[in-house]
Amino acid sequence: MTLSVGGVVSFAAGAVGSVVRLVRRLVNPSAARPAGRGSPASGWLAVTVLREPSEVDIAALPAPLAELGGRVEARTRPAPGGKGTELAARLRDRPPGGSPAARLTGRDPQADLRSALRQAKQVLEAGEVLAVDPAPHGKRPPTPGGLLLEAWTKVAPKAGVR
Amino acid sequence: MKAVTWRGVNKIGVEDVPEPTILNDHDIILEVGLSTTCGSDLHLLGGYIPAMRAGDVLGHEFMGTVVEVGHGVTKHHVGDRVVVVSFIGCGQCWYCRQGLWSLCDNGNPNPGITEALWGQSIGGCFGYSHAMGGWAGSHAPYIRVPYADQGAFAIPDGVSDERALFASDAAPTGWTGAHQAGVEAADVVAVWGAGGVGQMAARAAMLMGAERVVVIDRYDNRLEQVRTHIGAETLDYEQVDVPGELREMTGGRGPDVCIEAVGMEAHSPGPQYLYDQVKQQLRLQTDRPTAVREAIYACRKGGTVFTLGVFAGLVDKFPLGAVMNKALTLRGAQQHGQRYVPQILEHMSRDELRTEHLATHVMSLDDGPKGYEMFKNKEDGCVRAVFRPGA
Repeated sequence: MTLSVGGVVSFAAGAVGSVVRLVRRLVNPSAARPAGRGSPASGWLAVTVLREPSEVDIAALPAPLAELGGRVEARTRPAPGGKGTELAARLRDRPPGGSPAARLTGRDPQADLRSALRQAKQVLEAGEVLAVDPAPHGKRPPTPGGLLLEAWTKVAPKAGVR
Repeated sequence: MKAVTWRGVNKIGVEDVPEPTILNDHDIILEVGLSTTCGSDLHLLGGYIPAMRAGDVLGHEFMGTVVEVGHGVTKHHVGDRVVVVSFIGCGQCWYCRQGLWSLCDNGNPNPGITEALWGQSIGGCFGYSHAMGGWAGSHAPYIRVPYADQGAFAIPDGVSDERALFASDAAPTGWTGAHQAGVEAADVVAVWGAGGVGQMAARAAMLMGAERVVVIDRYDNRLEQVRTHIGAETLDYEQVDVPGELREMTGGRGPDVCIEAVGMEAHSPGPQYLYDQVKQQLRLQTDRPTAVREAIYACRKGGTVFTLGVFAGLVDKFPLGAVMNKALTLRGAQQHGQRYVPQILEHMSRDELRTEHLATHVMSLDDGPKGYEMFKNKEDGCVRAVFRPGA
């Protein structure tokens, strides 16, 4: 078996990378967990709020986010092009990221955070969280399709692609 | 109160539902004066947008009188006669501030559903499935209107209820298509579909200065309405070769702007209709894009094609090669009505925009099932079945 110089360098770099990942895992167990396909490894979820950065104070977050208390950390940065402020939050103790299916059905570990971020954006921009229920409707027979849709509708505020 | 509801695929009911109440400070409660069927309702009726729950109240195009206002409402008062945009926009997010109201970040309380479909959610819409927010519709005596300062507009004296009704959806959807497609003076514009939205897109293009506007359909009564009430030219696609006629009309160039106002259940006389129908029924595609394909082939090089009809998901045999090689601009949108309604009401006040002719059949809520049946099958020349809850 022979190794080229490039191969040796590549092998060495891979070994160093493995050591770094091992150290990170020991120091911060949640840091090295895969976040799931389509999710950033950092675990940050973000919304862009049409407010000046000075108007989005992470020390006084809107109620939907503040209610999560010490479970989350938040950060802000200006959005480019006059789009306002990027408000990001993530769970401090990051469990393994959910699968795409779990995210789309609002059953992933970040589901509550996703909903809270959206609601915080509504409070900052429109001043209140928009309510849709109770909406007038007629009789709802318990058909399989109807029950499935109802279940998805219930989790839809927490569901998302990221 | 009595309401017209979706009961299942191709099933419409009339049943008792609770009256709406104010839930947010920016709400109003409206006593509905008139509420019309819309071609996009047929996609719900046919089960092509599978996010309806039995008992959902239908209707998204309406006008009426304010009977209750929330604490945060500043523009409207009890007794005001208003028309309401079918899409719900907060007016405060970046999209609303750009005039892209149908893309509102905050108007859809169920964003997870459309995020799964399209990558991002768009705004909410009255009576248009749980994917669009689960908002109750307007085929009822009363409706709750959120973000009312943004979406409700006072109707000028002298504009009838029957005319103002179509400032809710058909007219601003037409304006969205013509304006966002970039219609300019001296353009030749072709519009596929002579329903309410197609007619309004044609009229908008004319008022924006288009040199020549041609509307394509197969129903004689609708084409007659276009010639009589809109003032545009017409082509019957069952009688003529549309791309050939359009080339002749434009000196071989093709229209500068092609607006598709048909949507996901398009018809055509050729074999591609059968192909699309089979694929749609087998759920191998969700939408039938016949008119979009023709618009792309007919459009002049470097022109713009605008998809204004409602599409939900995936289509097959899409002529992307023509889009790329002919350097076309392809755009689409739901309506950004809050941006266009003020000018539409001005046009209505000046008699430059007449819409009453669209309301071919006005009836009570009790006739809801019959109205949708007539509208779907184009019976008795039905262009729009309109419900008057107070009747």
